[in-house]
Amino acid sequence: MSPEVREGAGRVVLVTGGSRGIGAACVERFVALGDRVVYTSRSGGDEGAGAGPPAEGPWHIACDQSRPEAVTAALDRIEKEWGPVEVLVANAGLTRDGLLMRMSEEAWSEVIDTNLTGVYRLVKRVVGPMMRARRGRVILVSSVSGLAGQAGQANYAAAKAGLVGFARSLARELSSRSILVNVVAPGTVDTDMLGALNQAQMGELVARVPLGRVARPEEIAGVVTFLASEDASYITGAVLPVDGGLAMGH
Amino acid sequence: MDRDTAFDKFKTCAVEVLQVQPDQVTLEAKFGDDLDADSLDLVELVMALEESFDITVDESELEGVQTVSQAFDLVLSKVA
Repeated sequence: MSPEVREGAGRVVLVTGGSRGIGAACVERFVALGDRVVYTSRSGGDEGAGAGPPAEGPWHIACDQSRPEAVTAALDRIEKEWGPVEVLVANAGLTRDGLLMRMSEEAWSEVIDTNLTGVYRLVKRVVGPMMRARRGRVILVSSVSGLAGQAGQANYAAAKAGLVGFARSLARELSSRSILVNVVAPGTVDTDMLGALNQAQMGELVARVPLGRVARPEEIAGVVTFLASEDASYITGAVLPVDGGLAMGH
Repeated sequence: MDRDTAFDKFKTCAVEVLQVQPDQVTLEAKFGDDLDADSLDLVELVMALEESFDITVDESELEGVQTVSQAFDLVLSKVA
């Protein structure tokens, strides 16, 4: 095994947006692999100096990545207790759907701030120690919307597509330090984010998926843990679609 | 802080970050040619110096800094 990744050897793994959906499935997988997992969400967990990590199981820290000071504070705490983050899964994101002609400045900037700028903030803070360690894995959760577009999601799709350019630039910048940066582009996944759709919309969505169903969150998490694994040691700057064939060819 | 002490501190950072021998870190040494430092190395070095000397270096101030001497003068100018 290369010195580059120590799968299951108690690596420090940070998953943002880890209390539900894809993030929660990722947390579960990494915990099962034997890694030390810390996850963030905007609410729940403990913000500020609070308690340290639990004796067992994943550690939940409150962090709103649209606020720079929250990101710094969260990372300072993690590094103090566990040392530097070795695997980052930037998964936290939100939607403010609507057709462009009716999309307010707020709906636009909120989505860009959290989904794109928040990721920039997070990654910037995390890669310094990865550079010093000369190893690291950064996995960004994008979306099939970002690649194929989705009516009503101009803001979300823009942010998610932005993550691809961001990831690839970073992959080039950090390759000399064996830091691999990759993107996962999920299709339609059975999470709360899908909850906003009604039966008819769901039916329409599913009909477009060659596999004829939505994904289970674990089906995305499996690809994320793969990208963090020894088996993915030659993959960087890649965009892996996990979409049941929905956006084939993008 | 006197110049010699400061330079020793500077040298320590450079040796650790650039993984070079102390005697390679001379004032005339060029980061690229002599110390084999790439752009990422320089970013790391600046971060280490900021931490070690408790200073902040703006991106724009690094423009044109190619030698140890130039970097050291920049650091000195920030340490009251």
